[in-house]
Amino acid sequence: MTGGRWRDGWGELRRYPSALVGMAIIAMLVGLSLYTVIAIPYSEALDKWRGGEPWRLHPVNAGPVWVDRLTGGHQPRTLIVASDAAEIETAPFEGGRRLRIPLAFDYDYAGFPSEINLFLRAEGHAQRPFARLLWQTPDGRELSLGGHRIGREDRVSISQDRALERRLGGRVPHIGLLAAPDGEAVPRVQPGRYRLLLDAVVFDDEAGIDAELVLYGRVHGIAGTDHQRRDLSLALLWGTPVALAFGLLAAVGTTLITLVIAAVGVWYRGWVDATIQRLTEVNMILPLLPILVMVGTLYSTSIWLMLGVVVLLGIFSAGIKMYRAMLLPIREAPYIEAAQAYGAGNLRIVMRYMIPRILPVLIPTFVTLIPTFVFLEASLAVLGLGDPVLPTWGKVLNDAQSRSALYNGYYYWVVAPAVLLMLTGLGFAMLGFALDRVFNPRLRSL
Amino acid sequence: MSKAPLAARRRGLWRDLRHLLAYAVKRLLALLLTVLVGVYLTILIANMGGQVDELRLVQIRSQAAEAVRADPALQDMPPEERNALIERRVSLEVERLRLDQPFVVRSVDYLQRAMRLDLGRAEQMHSDLGSRAVYDIIVERLPATLLLFGSANLLVFFTSVFIALSLSRRYGSALDRSVIALAPTSAAPGWFYGIFLILVFAFLVPLLPAGGMVTAPPPESPWAYAASLVRHMLLPLTAMFLSSIFVSIYSWRTFFLIHSSEDYVEMARAKGLPSHLIERRYILRPTLSPIITSFLLMLIGLWSGAIILEQVFNWPGLGSLLFQAIGHRDTPVIIGAVVIFAYLLAVTVFLLDILYALLDPRVRLVGERR
Repeated sequence: MTGGRWRDGWGELRRYPSALVGMAIIAMLVGLSLYTVIAIPYSEALDKWRGGEPWRLHPVNAGPVWVDRLTGGHQPRTLIVASDAAEIETAPFEGGRRLRIPLAFDYDYAGFPSEINLFLRAEGHAQRPFARLLWQTPDGRELSLGGHRIGREDRVSISQDRALERRLGGRVPHIGLLAAPDGEAVPRVQPGRYRLLLDAVVFDDEAGIDAELVLYGRVHGIAGTDHQRRDLSLALLWGTPVALAFGLLAAVGTTLITLVIAAVGVWYRGWVDATIQRLTEVNMILPLLPILVMVGTLYSTSIWLMLGVVVLLGIFSAGIKMYRAMLLPIREAPYIEAAQAYGAGNLRIVMRYMIPRILPVLIPTFVTLIPTFVFLEASLAVLGLGDPVLPTWGKVLNDAQSRSALYNGYYYWVVAPAVLLMLTGLGFAMLGFALDRVFNPRLRSL
Repeated sequence: MSKAPLAARRRGLWRDLRHLLAYAVKRLLALLLTVLVGVYLTILIANMGGQVDELRLVQIRSQAAEAVRADPALQDMPPEERNALIERRVSLEVERLRLDQPFVVRSVDYLQRAMRLDLGRAEQMHSDLGSRAVYDIIVERLPATLLLFGSANLLVFFTSVFIALSLSRRYGSALDRSVIALAPTSAAPGWFYGIFLILVFAFLVPLLPAGGMVTAPPPESPWAYAASLVRHMLLPLTAMFLSSIFVSIYSWRTFFLIHSSEDYVEMARAKGLPSHLIERRYILRPTLSPIITSFLLMLIGLWSGAIILEQVFNWPGLGSLLFQAIGHRDTPVIIGAVVIFAYLLAVTVFLLDILYALLDPRVRLVGERR
């Protein structure tokens, strides 16, 4: 009986272009989630999103590459010059060696890097080696960047070197070191081959030195990075399954449980029905968002707890009154009486006879509910009550908001998660509205 | 001759009024009971079944210890005596806050205080006038919220009903279809559009302020003040308008379409009545009570939807207050806000009931049957 109805519905649905577009968007999002969950395992995503070490080679607040290239810019990407590829000259002497490590790179970008760091690693040394740094520009100038005693893991923040900044005429090193010496007020990049010469003395015959010169770019990847150097594409990718799961579970949870409770109330009548009605009225005056805020502040902001509270508060919602009105005439329908006559139990009547009857009417509501919950999760995250460990779209928005991304001109930071949220919302809403027209008998004649 | 019908009508009016009053009292009592249960649930959640008290006990103890240690007059005291002093201060504070009584007793006490809107004192926050009472803090923020959301709601409501009426007349036109196509854009909440509006109108094309309620310092003259207020309101208003106007028009249009295919409307059309008369008498009048219902339901929905929009636009209303309270972990303010929200919702529901009774002639019929 129902199979035909579903098939008819599908046939009718295909006539609505908005439904097809919506389904295409949803399919894309589901595909993206599947890819994400397989490509970046959950634990790895959480681990990385915590920040810190995995991101040390990423620039801070870099925009997406494609935006820059599309607008005709040629901002630098991150350049990493490692000593592995360099030709190291070795000169042994009594009790040690002298190493000359040239770190050379070609620089022909239009803008300056956002930061320069040198990572040095010297493992297995009994006595700490010493290195002198010499910066050589394409036009033959040489600048000493001072000497460093190298520990096991060292980070030389060249950009933070205040003395160097004074010697460069008040320009921060990552600009001054790469600027043309023309004395203009606005610095200009001098293109060409640069070299950072590491003149090191090691007191060991075997162990060497690893060096990595990092010129952090101003653009990075397809989504850019945030203030903690984290690649935003990770959060944008992982935000997809989280948003879909949250929206879907919340929508399924609330609608189905609400429906079952409404049906039970209608079937048993009496005090069961009365209790459900009163509970609904109490719940209607409980404001959802403030309660969620309260729970998030006092207990935990775990996304699963939030989901639970959302479902719990959503169960006894105004929807119950609506379903009740729909179920009341069904209760008196002859086929229910027939079912009773052949001895069907209460539970069987509720679950197999009453609920399936209004399920089709429920589908549009259900689909249009999903984006509401997706945005609810984002709303909570924007309020600072996002899940503490999971990367979600809302948390990206919250970070951007708290760092005044719009004010500072990091538009990509806000636009990317917002567009994804909007896409999700539109996809489900378009499908839902079309479903409404197909499945809602009142609208079908229009 | 006309005296008898007049008297009858007056008697009818009295009877209606009596029924209405009885109904109102009944609803009011029912709602009070509902608020009672709702607020009690809130208190239970907020206190984690008494666990908040444990945290407060720890806090009181550390505060007392800190105070005694910091007092130069007590520096030379022997440790046992000092510990005894700390204990004494802790027990005094515990007694003052009545933390020594069982939670159930205190929860009833909290409940009756919350019902009287005696919401206690904030832990860290204070109102702009310097009051630490939660009630003052919240009431100070209410007008800003009411102003913004009241005007947005009225705007959305009236615009959508009127556009929907005219669309239902031109069913299937290009305009009608474009509104239907735009309806899914309402999936996004107002704050979401707010972010984009700020991006465009405050940063890319700096025409309007990005946030706040008036310029700082506030203008002296009332006209300049109002002008500044309107300038600041424009963006949040637009955000809310955008986020709900299309779906609102869509649902009203559908509603009117369903009702304009009723038999009595067809009949009126067949009689050749002008279309504005049909609209007013045959479509709007019978559908008035559902229209009012949905208006008030919209109010309910928007009471709490305001929090993030206010935060995004830095609007000094209840929403940003709640946000600040989260930041300070100021529990009394958060609970107070939930209680106030619950009250506001209850008042809205009550108004809904009364209006419904006023508009629905069946209430009078109930009286006659008796």
